[in-house]
Amino acid sequence: MSRLVRMDHTGHSTIAEWSATDPESIEAAVAALRRELDSGAIAVVSEGEGQARQVRELPVEADMVILRRPIAGG
Amino acid sequence: MVHWRPRADRRSLTRRGRLWTLTTVAHAVPFVGVAIVLTALEPLSFPVSAILLAKAWIIPELYAQRGGNVVRTRPRAGPEAERRSLGLLGDLVGHDARELAGATGLVLERGRLGVWLVGEAGALLVAPGGRRVWCFCVSVPDRQLPSGDRIAHLLLALRTDEAGLVTVANLAFSGARWRVRRRISRALRPALDAAAAAARG
Repeated sequence: MSRLVRMDHTGHSTIAEWSATDPESIEAAVAALRRELDSGAIAVVSEGEGQARQVRELPVEADMVILRRPIAGG
Repeated sequence: MVHWRPRADRRSLTRRGRLWTLTTVAHAVPFVGVAIVLTALEPLSFPVSAILLAKAWIIPELYAQRGGNVVRTRPRAGPEAERRSLGLLGDLVGHDARELAGATGLVLERGRLGVWLVGEAGALLVAPGGRRVWCFCVSVPDRQLPSGDRIAHLLLALRTDEAGLVTVANLAFSGARWRVRRRISRALRPALDAAAAAARG
């Protein structure tokens, strides 16, 4: 199962899980991702050391999509 | 994004580093000059000259301290949240980086601009060659996040858009690595040494 994960005060929470062979789970994950993006989150797929990709649509093939908040200079 | 700032690149970073060094020299040289002239004119004024020389030393040290402060650890969240966040962070980095993070709390990450040490509320960038360090103050503005998540936010931002992170971050210090090394806690020094070694290689 692939996971949509949000970093939060608990460490992280799994917002949605989907399988590439299960259209209903994909639909639910797409809706969950859309909600998070609309609330200001940034979705990222980590692709190993030094590599990550920001996504605006659910990458069905990814194992994990991580939701982070925008950063700011201190 | 901070639209009023031009997007950072290697050239702008080098320019800011040189400007920072120039500013440091401009702060220190007048104190040293006046101390020398004063002592030459009146040797009995040596105590005043000593104070001036101390100021010439202390001001750059304060700047280096400001730079080192960006990688100070922040208050911890609950143990369970910390554990979960460090687990996620561990999934994002390789074995060596995970080991170094466990020992120092800093994640080493190679970028196009140099070698990064990512902390909870800032990051150090060691330039290729390992001699100069830029200290950036940057964080996710959520105080409730556990430490691993705060680091993971910066790490993912860095991986996604390195120049963007440099553009958003505030430069707290730029200068010689040895000056920053003296101002960070002993526990963090192995991470800076490892980053310098990686930057040299």
